[in-house]
Amino acid sequence: MAGTASPPPRGAGAGDGGLADRDAELAGSQGARGRQPPTPDPSPRRGGEEVADRIREAAAAKTPLRIVGGNTKAFYGRQTAGEPLSLAGHRGIIDYDPSELVVVARAGTPLAEIEARLAECGQRLAFEPPRLGPGSTIGGVVAAGLSGPRRPFAGAVRDCVLGATILDGRGQVLRFGGQVFKNVAGFDAFRLQAGALGCLGVILEVSIRVTPNPRREIALAFEIESEAARLRVCKLMGRPTPISGAFHDGVRLHLRLAGGEAGVEALGAELGGEAEPLGFWDQVRDLTHPALMSGPLWRLSLPQTAPIPVLGDVLAWDWAGSQVWLRSDRPAAEIWQGAATAGGHATLFRGAAPGAEVFQPLAAALLALHQRLKAAFDPAGVLNPGRMYEAL
Amino acid sequence: MLDRFDPRLDGAFDPLDRERLIGRLSQLLPPDRLIVSTESMRPYESDGLAAYRSLPVAVALPVDADEAAVVLKVCRELNVPVVARGAGTGLSGGALPFPGSVLLALGKLNKILAIDPVARTARVQPGVRNLAISEAVKPYGLFYAPDPSSQLACSIGGNVAENAGGVHCLKYGLTVHNILKLEALTIEGERLTIGSDALDTPGFDLMALLTGSEGLLAVVTEITVRLLPLPADVQALLVAFPDAGCAAQAVADIIAAGITPGGLEMMDELALTAAEKFAHAGYPLDAAAILICECDGAASDAKAELAHVAEICRAAGASEVRHAKDEVERLLLWAGRKGAFPAMGRIAPDYYCIDGTIPRRRLPEVLARIGELSREYGLAVANVFHAGDGNLHPLILYDASADGELDRAEGLGGAILELCVAVGGTITGEHGVGREKINQMCVQFSTAELEAFAAIKAAFDPAGLLNPGKAVPTLARCAEFGAMHVHGGAVAHPELPRF
Repeated sequence: MAGTASPPPRGAGAGDGGLADRDAELAGSQGARGRQPPTPDPSPRRGGEEVADRIREAAAAKTPLRIVGGNTKAFYGRQTAGEPLSLAGHRGIIDYDPSELVVVARAGTPLAEIEARLAECGQRLAFEPPRLGPGSTIGGVVAAGLSGPRRPFAGAVRDCVLGATILDGRGQVLRFGGQVFKNVAGFDAFRLQAGALGCLGVILEVSIRVTPNPRREIALAFEIESEAARLRVCKLMGRPTPISGAFHDGVRLHLRLAGGEAGVEALGAELGGEAEPLGFWDQVRDLTHPALMSGPLWRLSLPQTAPIPVLGDVLAWDWAGSQVWLRSDRPAAEIWQGAATAGGHATLFRGAAPGAEVFQPLAAALLALHQRLKAAFDPAGVLNPGRMYEAL
Repeated sequence: MLDRFDPRLDGAFDPLDRERLIGRLSQLLPPDRLIVSTESMRPYESDGLAAYRSLPVAVALPVDADEAAVVLKVCRELNVPVVARGAGTGLSGGALPFPGSVLLALGKLNKILAIDPVARTARVQPGVRNLAISEAVKPYGLFYAPDPSSQLACSIGGNVAENAGGVHCLKYGLTVHNILKLEALTIEGERLTIGSDALDTPGFDLMALLTGSEGLLAVVTEITVRLLPLPADVQALLVAFPDAGCAAQAVADIIAAGITPGGLEMMDELALTAAEKFAHAGYPLDAAAILICECDGAASDAKAELAHVAEICRAAGASEVRHAKDEVERLLLWAGRKGAFPAMGRIAPDYYCIDGTIPRRRLPEVLARIGELSREYGLAVANVFHAGDGNLHPLILYDASADGELDRAEGLGGAILELCVAVGGTITGEHGVGREKINQMCVQFSTAELEAFAAIKAAFDPAGLLNPGKAVPTLARCAEFGAMHVHGGAVAHPELPRF
């Protein structure tokens, strides 16, 4: 790039790109909407400028910040020091039009509020994020990047993020992506925020693609052993079957079917099994199933067809056999090695010792690339340093 | 014309020692895979955006990743820019050679390395054609979902570089949603594995970053794609509307009703008339707009869904609803749509395909404004639209041999893209920024955002050697573009060439 020059023009009448301008812009676009009435905005934008000031001060003093939404995922990732930077007050749905299949919300908006709003219009979040507490916020959902049982069938958090407004480690507002599904202008820096654990920016707003509820949804259970069940699910997914969940609890395979009435009924009749309440899937989604209630909990992400490596007690698997929950007291290095050999990776999901690494170590070249990306967004290293890796 | 690169605005490199570069490369590649004569390089001087032409110093045609790596190493050492090229079908000039660069043509990496029907994946080299993947996996009842209109010719490597879409992405997603793993080379020639055969990887989502990065970050040498089972049944509907606004309303109503069609396409009067003359698809010539809606799934579900669509369209004011009786009729409906671009070649000497995305609800006003701009610039515009996902393809009709028409077409295209940004959309839905939309990036993004893109690039490619002058403009370029740019979607002097 050439050195700094005068700022380029910007569309839509935005001025310096500051938060106040963006508010005006969003309000303008709402006012100009067609037949849909403007989406009511229950709480005024709060805290954005304040958050930016906090980041600028932290960057100047090189004091780390710990980004907090609803504080429901403090257990996840490495534990870090740092002054808490709360986004909980920066809340509210900014825009939601069911015919656009997108919801735009401030980071601190409770997940429950968004899901309730979508449900009113017969829509939902395709990636079915775990609800780890009533305070869970949409910003935290995106930053953690955790997806629920629909992941193999409907995509991950990152697949549904259409845009993000972030504050970088200099306290600058950056807006990437937008509210439209097809958008290839610039790098996908918005998807990059999904699962980045706040290391690449403080999320202020996100646009998320939403999906219509299926017309028919049923849950079935089968007595079938784990590996046989994985194979069976794999085969079912090789033909056009309306499956939206495949979970094994150590004893039984649980399938959820979702789609058009005819397709769901036909597959249900073919498979047989025992009908169970759809509510069963809440435990799978929210990680409250009794099988997962052990102490240290490892998550293995594996190719669907790779045999599950023998690294401890397999408690359950989800994601049609691609996500395995494991209890093990083996050294972390052994588990990482075993997962890598199977073509996947492992995360010490819950119960790590303070200061320990929890994510699968990156190859040296990849770690260096991560460090350069981190420095690009957060040169002073103040945004959740060490939350993902000690060296990041 | 944007095919004239300007060192001041696009990045300057060391003076080229041509003899030394060619000497080094000719030790690595046999003569038939290193093209250095001007005449032999002509086929590579442009991509699908044929109006832009420029020649590299050499065209290298590696046969595998190791050869590509050594070419990159030499270029890095000698500080020579590298432009990667797939099938050259891109419409934004992304593979336009940079003066003094080596064009790394990956067409010889064209093998399907493995198909795993159980895991529903295929491992392919970047030069494999998009459609060839679906053809190869069809015996297993599978397909590769993203289907850009150039799928017969375009390569999967190019699809990854552009994050290609197609007519079915409303339901099945873009390239980024349908790939699992990439093997890539850095500008240093080092191998990087991005993604995995599992559904996620530790660390940052570099797959998201590399997909659609237009050759600015790394060179992809192998791709593992995700395959989907072919749907049990596919049904299609043709709907005619007396007014384009009604058609737009119907699209919004279909989506709001909870229907996710496999495809939902719209054509305006000029486009459908031209397409009908070309393909004889049976389009109603008295319509102001038509929709083609396709639903797939279990046979009776697809039928029920389409019946619901028909009902919604009638309520929105449709003048005719026609159900494709059989596969022959369904394919005929699509033949018209897919022939829309070549059909333009029959009604105008040249056409310029624009690619912007808008929120669907803004469609009526955007179509009206495009109509006004078309009159202002004195060039006809036909609209073809991936209506389901708001991706607009206005086709500007012009005559390159008429004085100033190409410049006017470029000016009109720029104005349409700026209109897309102004209504909350984007300057490119699926064709990429490439060279073509480099100036409009200055409209869509702020200085700080462009600096962030530059910093991401520098994290991969510190010397800026990979595909310079594309996708991410320098601030110097934006300053210069801004000096002649007027806010509000209009260009001050459309008669002037814009760089």
